[in-house]
Amino acid sequence: MIQKLADWIVFSLFEIDATSHLGKALNFFLYDTTKILILLFFISIIMGIINAYFPIERLRNYLISKKMYGLDYLLASIFGAITPFCSCSSIPLFIGFVKGGIPLGVTFAYLITSPLVNEVAVAMFIGSFGLKITAIYVASGILLGVVGGFILGKMNLRPLLSDWVKQIQIDQNAETQQFEAENTSFLERLPSIVNDAWKIVKGVIIYVIIGIAIGAVMHGYVPEGFFQEYLAANKWYAVPAAVILAVPMYANAAAIVPVIDVFVAKGIPLGTAIAFMMAVVGLSLPEATLLKKVMTLKLIGIFFGVITLFIIISGIFFNIIL
Amino acid sequence: MEIKILGSGCAKCKSLYEITKQAVEALGIEANLVKEEDMMKIISYNVMRTPAIVIDEKVVSQGKEHTVESAKKLIQSLL
Repeated sequence: MIQKLADWIVFSLFEIDATSHLGKALNFFLYDTTKILILLFFISIIMGIINAYFPIERLRNYLISKKMYGLDYLLASIFGAITPFCSCSSIPLFIGFVKGGIPLGVTFAYLITSPLVNEVAVAMFIGSFGLKITAIYVASGILLGVVGGFILGKMNLRPLLSDWVKQIQIDQNAETQQFEAENTSFLERLPSIVNDAWKIVKGVIIYVIIGIAIGAVMHGYVPEGFFQEYLAANKWYAVPAAVILAVPMYANAAAIVPVIDVFVAKGIPLGTAIAFMMAVVGLSLPEATLLKKVMTLKLIGIFFGVITLFIIISGIFFNIIL
Repeated sequence: MEIKILGSGCAKCKSLYEITKQAVEALGIEANLVKEEDMMKIISYNVMRTPAIVIDEKVVSQGKEHTVESAKKLIQSLL
């Protein structure tokens, strides 16, 4: 339906040739932008609702009190997936977990999945790749968190936390003295949630436009199969190269998915593209800077290194199954 | 009444500060509005999600979205 509108605007209203590069690029741009902004808005609302009712204090206490034989990694990872990744929350949350005596590995599981799976990435993925691929992305983001967190947990990394964090005593009674001033009904809360969703959309709209613009230009002007020569799946170095290239890059998920979409359309294998995206979105310089407060450089290095390795493995795996 | 907005500088935290400011002005009350960006101090409140609202040293909201209306309601309930 949106496609028809985009078609009409570009080809009928402005009478641009449908086979021209400009025509294709413009059409793609209009279609994708509209579709994605609508999707993003609705998914943000859904995430906002889930989030508003998610009892983090209860989760933390649950994680502390029960012996879960690995299930706690899964819960932390799922929690990372559904909560929005406000990077400034990652430190208080990290500390909160440490104070609660939650194993480091479980905290890592959260830290790994949180930036990877967020409402923006999900919306963009559904828009560009459909439900099935999105589900695979979300599942692998969570799996990455669980496995990565587990392995990191086994590595006895506590000595590598920053001095500042080590001083923070485990204080199991450190529950937030939260004043339950809010017994607002769902309907009363909905306006705030919708408002917040709208703010999220407003916040990323410029990146979406930039990303889609880049994607649109590539879509219209880069020949089909262009990337096939250099980054085909059968070249063993393709996935590691793409991932390592992507780690120091940081782009908003909003901007990068349209670019990934075009990569795939122009010949990059889907697995490589997904791995690239995970590396761009999940590991970044800004995140490393934030983590410096709680981790020594060595630990950040190990953290990034392990995740990079697993992203590479995932990329190769996806290339096989997709 | 002292209202502190805890947050280390991302857009959400800034906008909550603005919203709270508007709420205070709309209510016409005397309130000391402070933005707390120091991580150590934020941690001391045991919040796990920012932005958070602290009124007279009690954490009344964390990680929750707010409109001017809901912020007003929150503040009013504590007057």
